[in-house]
Amino acid sequence: MTDPVSADPVSAAPRVAGTEQPWQRLNTRMLLVHVVTDLIRAAPALIGLLFAGSSSGRGPLWGLAAAGVAVLTAVVRWVTTRYRITASQVQLRTGLVRRRRLSVPLDRVRTVDVQATLMHRLVGLTRVKLGTGRSTSEKEHHLTLDGLSAGQAERLRNDVLHGPAAGADAAHPTEWSEHPIPPRVARPDEELARLDLAWIRYGPFTMTGLITVVAVAGLVWRVVNEAHVNPNRYGAVRAARDHITDTAPALLALQAVAGLLVLVAILSTAGYVLAFWRFRLTRAGDGTVHVSRGLLTTRATTIEGRRLRGAELSEPLLLRAVRGARLIAVATGLRVGRGAERGGEILLPPAPRTVVLRVGAAVCASGEPLVLAMRRHPAAALRRRLTRAGATVVVLAILLSAVVAAGAAAQALIAIPVAAVLLAPLAVDRYRSLGHGVAAGYLVVREGALVRRRTALGVDAIIGWNVRVSFFQRRSGVATLVATTACGRQKYRAVDMAADEVAGFAANGTPGLLTPFLVERDVPGANE
Amino acid sequence: MTEPAVDLRPPQWRVNPRARWYWALLGLRAVAVAAVAEFIWWIADSGSRTPHYALAAGSVVLAAAYLLVMPAWRYRVHRWETTAEAVYTQRGWFTVERRIAPVSRIQTVDTERGPVEQLLRLAHVTVTTASAAGPLQIHGLDIATADELVERLTATTQASQGDAT
Repeated sequence: MTDPVSADPVSAAPRVAGTEQPWQRLNTRMLLVHVVTDLIRAAPALIGLLFAGSSSGRGPLWGLAAAGVAVLTAVVRWVTTRYRITASQVQLRTGLVRRRRLSVPLDRVRTVDVQATLMHRLVGLTRVKLGTGRSTSEKEHHLTLDGLSAGQAERLRNDVLHGPAAGADAAHPTEWSEHPIPPRVARPDEELARLDLAWIRYGPFTMTGLITVVAVAGLVWRVVNEAHVNPNRYGAVRAARDHITDTAPALLALQAVAGLLVLVAILSTAGYVLAFWRFRLTRAGDGTVHVSRGLLTTRATTIEGRRLRGAELSEPLLLRAVRGARLIAVATGLRVGRGAERGGEILLPPAPRTVVLRVGAAVCASGEPLVLAMRRHPAAALRRRLTRAGATVVVLAILLSAVVAAGAAAQALIAIPVAAVLLAPLAVDRYRSLGHGVAAGYLVVREGALVRRRTALGVDAIIGWNVRVSFFQRRSGVATLVATTACGRQKYRAVDMAADEVAGFAANGTPGLLTPFLVERDVPGANE
Repeated sequence: MTEPAVDLRPPQWRVNPRARWYWALLGLRAVAVAAVAEFIWWIADSGSRTPHYALAAGSVVLAAAYLLVMPAWRYRVHRWETTAEAVYTQRGWFTVERRIAPVSRIQTVDTERGPVEQLLRLAHVTVTTASAAGPLQIHGLDIATADELVERLTATTQASQGDAT
C-alpha cells in the first residue's frame, strides 16, 4: 500500500523531542471522501428526483436538502478538526460550537484499528482508531483520526505499539510525512491463519445476508416511494403479482420462504467474501497480533500482545450444525458488544472448528481452555430453562387466545404447539451449553443457545467477582457467578452453577482475594 | 480438580438503620408515580369506573406490601466490608448480589448525597474498577463513615501501581 507523494510542508516537520509539534489538518482528500459518501447515501432521493422531476412532491427535495446539510457538516468538521502527534500523546481538537479536545497517551493505547472504505482506498486514505480501554465513559474509550494517509497510519501503528523510536533509526529522524516508511527490520511474523477458500462454504450459515435483504428492501421501497413509480407498469412485477394471486397460500408461503432462504444464503456468502477476503492473522515476535481482511473495505486491527487476555469461541446455532465456529479476541481496550462478528475483535471468521481450536490454542498458549471438559451445572439449571420456555408458551397462548377471541382467524392458534416444539429443545440446548472450569491459567465459561460462546479468560485479567442469587435461584440452590474484567464483554458469567460450588471455584480462580471472606462449610456427617 | 468446601460469608458491617427510611422514601416516590399515572387515566377515561376501582384497590395492596416489606428486607441484606486487599458488598432484596473487587484494581471512589440522603444525613459510596460490569455501591452510610471509607480507599488506591486492568 504505497501512497502518492503530496507532503505538505507542515506535516513534513521533523519530530524532535522538546519541540512544539504543529497542529495539522486531516488530509485534504478526505473532503472528497465525505462528499462522495454523503451523495451515495442520498442516492435514493436523487434517483427519485431524476425520475419524477422536482415538481411532484417535496420528498425528494427534502432528501436533497439533507444531503446538502450532510456535506456541509462534513466540510465544517474537516475544517475545525486538527490533530497532532507528539512524542508521548495523540491529541485531537474538534468542533465548531462545542470545542472538544481529546488526548490519548501513546503508552495507554492498547489497540490500533485501521479501516479503509472503498472511497478511502481510492484516494489512499485510512481511518485510524486508537483503543485505550478506558471504560469509564463510552465516548472516551477510543480516539478516531479519519483521514490519515496509509503511510502515516502505518507509522502511527508502529510508534504506538512498539514505542516511538521503533520505526526509525537514529540517523533518520522520525517524521510525520506522507512518504511511505521504510520497512521495519523485524523478526518475521508468524502466520497463525489465512483465509482458505473452502471456508467460504460457511458463508451461507452466518445468515448475515438477512440484514442486507431488509436494507435493500427498505432502499427499494424508498426509491419507489420517492420517485412515484407505479410498480405495476413493469412486466416482471405484474407477473409476480399474478403468480401470487393464482397460487394457493400454503404453496406460496413455501415458495416465499425457499426464495428468501436462497437469497439470504447468496447474500451471506457475498458478505463473507466482502468482509474476510485476504484474511490474515499474524503474530509478531513481541506477541502483537495483527488481523487484516476485506475486499472493498479493508480493515487491519493490531492488538498488543500483553493486552490479549484470552479468546472466545463463538458458535451460532446454524454454524454449529455444520461444525463451524468463529474466534473473537478477549483483549483490554477492545470492548465487545453487538455486531462482534464484524468488529475489530474478530480473530478468525467462520471456519472449521478444528482450525478455530488450533488458532485458539496458539492465542491462549495452550489448547486446553477451549477443549476442556467443563463441569456441568446442576439439574435445577435445566428445570429453570424448561420453566422459562414453558412460561413463554403459556404467555403466547394467553395472548393468542385473546387475539382469536377478538375476532382473528383461529388458525393463529397453531403457533402455540409450534412454539412449544421449538422452545423445548432450545431450552435443553441452553442447559447443555452451560459449564465452567479452570485450565492452564484460564477461567473457562460457556453459555448461550442461538449463539453458544465458550470464553477463556486469563485469571490475571479478572478484576472482581459478582455473585447473583435471585429469590428463585436461592430456592433451587443455584447462583450466577460473574467474573468482571476490563476485557471484551467486561463480564463473563457462569450461569446457574451449584450455589455451594461458587465460593470454592472463585477462590481457586483468584487465590487470596476471597480468603478473608470464606468460611468452612459444615459437611454433614463429618463430625460424627 | 476438587474445590474446598467453603462458602462466602456475608460482609461484616450493616449500614445505618436510617437507610430503611431512605429506601422507604424511594419506594414512596415510585408508588407516587404509579398513583399519578392512575389519576391521569381516571381523568382521561369517561367510561365505566369499575376497572379504575379494581386497579386502585390492587395498587394500594401492592404498594402497602412493598413499602412495608422492601425497606426492612433491603436493610437486612445490605452489608459491606473492606480489608486492606478487597472491597466486599452485598445488596438487593429479591435478588441478592455480592460483589468483590481487589483494592489494587480500584479506579475511582466517589461519595454522593442525593436530596433524600441529605434529608436523612446519609451518603452512598461508589467504587468503580476498569470493568464496565457493575461498580460496587454502598447505600445508606452515615456521612462520617462514608468520608472515612473514601479516604481510606483513596489512600490505598494511590499507593498501588499499574493501570488497574
